[in-house]
Amino acid sequence: MRTLPKLAINRLRERRPLDAAAVDRFLARYPVPIVEGARCTFLYRGEADEVFLVHRIFGLPDHLPLRRVRGTDLWYVVLELPEGSRVEYQLEVAFADGRRERINDPLNPRLAHSPVGSSSVCYAHGHVIPDWTVPDPEARPGSLTDMMVPSRALRRDCPVTLYRPARFRRDDPGTRYPLLIVHDGGDYLRYAAAKTVLDNLIHRLDVAELVAAFVYPGDRLAEYANSAAHARFLTAELLPRLEAELPLAGTPSGRCLMGSSFGAVASLSVAYRHPGVYGSLLLQSGSFAFTDIGNDHGGGPVFEPVVRFVNRFRAAPRRVADRLFVSCGVYEPLIVRNRSMVPVFEAAGMTVRYVEARDGHSWENWRDRLRDGLSWIFPGQQKYFYE
Amino acid sequence: MRIVLLGPQRRPTLEGVARSLGLAGPGAGGPVAAITAGWQEREPDDALLVTLLEGQAVNLALYRRWLDVRDRDPEYRAGEQRLAGVLAELQELYLLRLDYALQAVYAVQRRSGAASASGDALGEAVEAVRELDAAHLRRVNEARLEFFDRLRPHDRPVIAEHRAEVSAVLADAAALVIAGGHVGVLAEVLHLFNVAAVVRSRVIAWSAGAMALADRIVLFHDRSVLGAGHAEVYGSGLSLVRDAVLLPHARARLLLDDTPRMAVLARRFAPARCVPLEAGTRIDVSADGAWPPGIRTIEAA
Repeated sequence: MRTLPKLAINRLRERRPLDAAAVDRFLARYPVPIVEGARCTFLYRGEADEVFLVHRIFGLPDHLPLRRVRGTDLWYVVLELPEGSRVEYQLEVAFADGRRERINDPLNPRLAHSPVGSSSVCYAHGHVIPDWTVPDPEARPGSLTDMMVPSRALRRDCPVTLYRPARFRRDDPGTRYPLLIVHDGGDYLRYAAAKTVLDNLIHRLDVAELVAAFVYPGDRLAEYANSAAHARFLTAELLPRLEAELPLAGTPSGRCLMGSSFGAVASLSVAYRHPGVYGSLLLQSGSFAFTDIGNDHGGGPVFEPVVRFVNRFRAAPRRVADRLFVSCGVYEPLIVRNRSMVPVFEAAGMTVRYVEARDGHSWENWRDRLRDGLSWIFPGQQKYFYE
Repeated sequence: MRIVLLGPQRRPTLEGVARSLGLAGPGAGGPVAAITAGWQEREPDDALLVTLLEGQAVNLALYRRWLDVRDRDPEYRAGEQRLAGVLAELQELYLLRLDYALQAVYAVQRRSGAASASGDALGEAVEAVRELDAAHLRRVNEARLEFFDRLRPHDRPVIAEHRAEVSAVLADAAALVIAGGHVGVLAEVLHLFNVAAVVRSRVIAWSAGAMALADRIVLFHDRSVLGAGHAEVYGSGLSLVRDAVLLPHARARLLLDDTPRMAVLARRFAPARCVPLEAGTRIDVSADGAWPPGIRTIEAA
C-alpha cells in the first residue's frame, strides 16, 4: 500500500524546538490553506480559546474545530477536498472573555465577494480559474449602457443595464441578436464578471454575439418568488421595448431568461406564466424548495411562495421553454433540490443540460459555469470557422 | 480544372505552391484572383496573401460585394433573411434528429461483437444516419432552389453587375486562391456570384476555402467547449471537388484517436472519402477529378 507523504503541518508538529520562529518560517514558506493533494490544511495564528472553520459545504458540519499545535499559537484543521473543489470559508475565533469573532482568514489573501460581504477561498488541488473569466486584451470589449424602464406592473422605474457586443450593428438588416435577460444583473456584473465573460466568450466564438439586459430587483424576495407583476414587467413591458428599439431576433429561440438562486426561481416562474415566449432558461443553483409531504420546507416565510410554486410545478410539470441549462454546486444544500428538478423538467418535454461543480452557492461558481450554459444556449460560430 | 487543396496556412506553404505552379516569381502567368470573404470584415486584410503571391493577387472582394447587394437590393436582402430563418430551422431540426440517430449508432457499436446480428444492427443504424444526412441536404438544396427561383439573382441588376465584374477578373486570372474562414459565408458568396460557372483557371484553396469546393460541406468540432459535437451536413459546396469530405485542422478538431467514432464518420459519408487537411498537406486533384494515390483518409475499419 502506498503511504501518503507526511503533511507539512505534521512535519512542523514533530519539529524540536517548536518555537515562534519555527512557526514564522513555516507560515512564510507555505501559502494558506496548504493544499497537498486532496488534503487542505487550514491555519489560524493567535491566542484564542477555540477556533472553528466555518463553511457551507453540504454534508459536513458547518463548524469544524481547529486544533492547537502544542506549545504554539498556531491552530490547524485538515480537510479532504476532492480534486477541483472550490470552497468559501471563514474562521470563527472564540476568546477567553466570551467574545466570538467571525473573520476572513488573515493568512489567505484570496477572497470571494458577494452582496452580503466577502469570504476567504480555498482552491483545492486541480481547481483552475477559467482564463475566460479574466480580461483578455485580445477580446474587443462590448459596451454597457444604463436605461430606465418605467413599469406599471411593478409600480416603479426599473433600471436596466444593456450589454451590446463589440461589433454591435444597429443598422445591418441582416443581423438580429439573441437576447439574454439576467436577473440580479448588478450582481452578475459585479461579482460574476459578466461583462468580461461575455466579451471573452464572444471573442472566442464560443458564444453568439448577443444583447444582454441586466435587470435589478426592487424587493427581491417578493419580485423573484413567483411574482405575477415581475413576470408582467419582463414580458409585457421590458421585452417589447427592447425588441422595438434594438435589432433583436424576436423569436423564442432568441430569448433566454437567466438567474441564480431566487433569480433562477424568477426565471422559471416568468416562463411558466408566459409559456412559449422564452425559448431557453439558464438556471443556476435555483432555490427550488418544495415539499413532498407536509409544509416543513425549512426555508422560512420568504420561501412560502416559492414552495407553493415549485410544488404546483412538480405536481403538473409544464413545458415552459424548449431548453433549460441547469447548474448547481455539489457543496450547496440546494444540490438535492436541483437534482430532483431535472427529471421533472425533462418529463415536461424540455431539453435539459445539467451541470454540477465542486463548488458552493457562490457568484464565482455561477461565473465559472457561464461558458457551459451560454455556449449551449446561444452557441457561437466556432463550428463554421476553419482558418 | 486543376485544383490544389492545402492544409491550414498558419505557417504558409502557399508561396511554394504558387511557385511550383508558375503563379509567382519570374515568368508568372498573370494575376491571381483571391477570395478572402471567409474573413468577413477582415476581408481587405490580405497583405500577407499578396506578399506570398509576390504581388500578383487581385482580391475579388466577394464579402464587400455581398454587403453591397444587401444594401442596394432590399427585396433580395429580405428574401435572404427569410431563407436564413428557414435554413436555421432546418438545421436545428436536423441536429435534433441527428443526435438521437448517432446516439443509437454509438449504443449499438458499444454492444457490437462478432455476432452478425449486431453487425447488421450497426449497419442499419449507420444507414439511418446516412438517410437523415441525405434528406437534410435535399431539403437545404430545395430551400435554396426555391429562393433562387423566386428571386432570380441573375435578373437582379446589382447582382448581375457584381457577377460581371467577378467574371471579368476571373477570365484574366491565371489562378483562383480561396482562403479559409467562415465556411458558411464563403459558400454563400461563391454561390451568389456564380464563381463555379466562370472559373476556368487553376484553383488553390485551403481550410474553409477547400471545404466550400466540395459537393457536401460537413461541419465538425469534437473539441468544442460543449464536448464532442456531431459532424453535421451543412449544405452543398461548389462541387468542384467530388466524393470527399474535407476536414481541415482534423487533429485539433476531431477525436482522431477514438477509432470507433472515426469509423462511424467514415462509414457515414462513404463512398466519399474523409480527408484530413493538416498543416503542410497538399493534394493535387487533376482536371478529370482524379486524386493522387496515397492520400491519407479516415478509415471505416
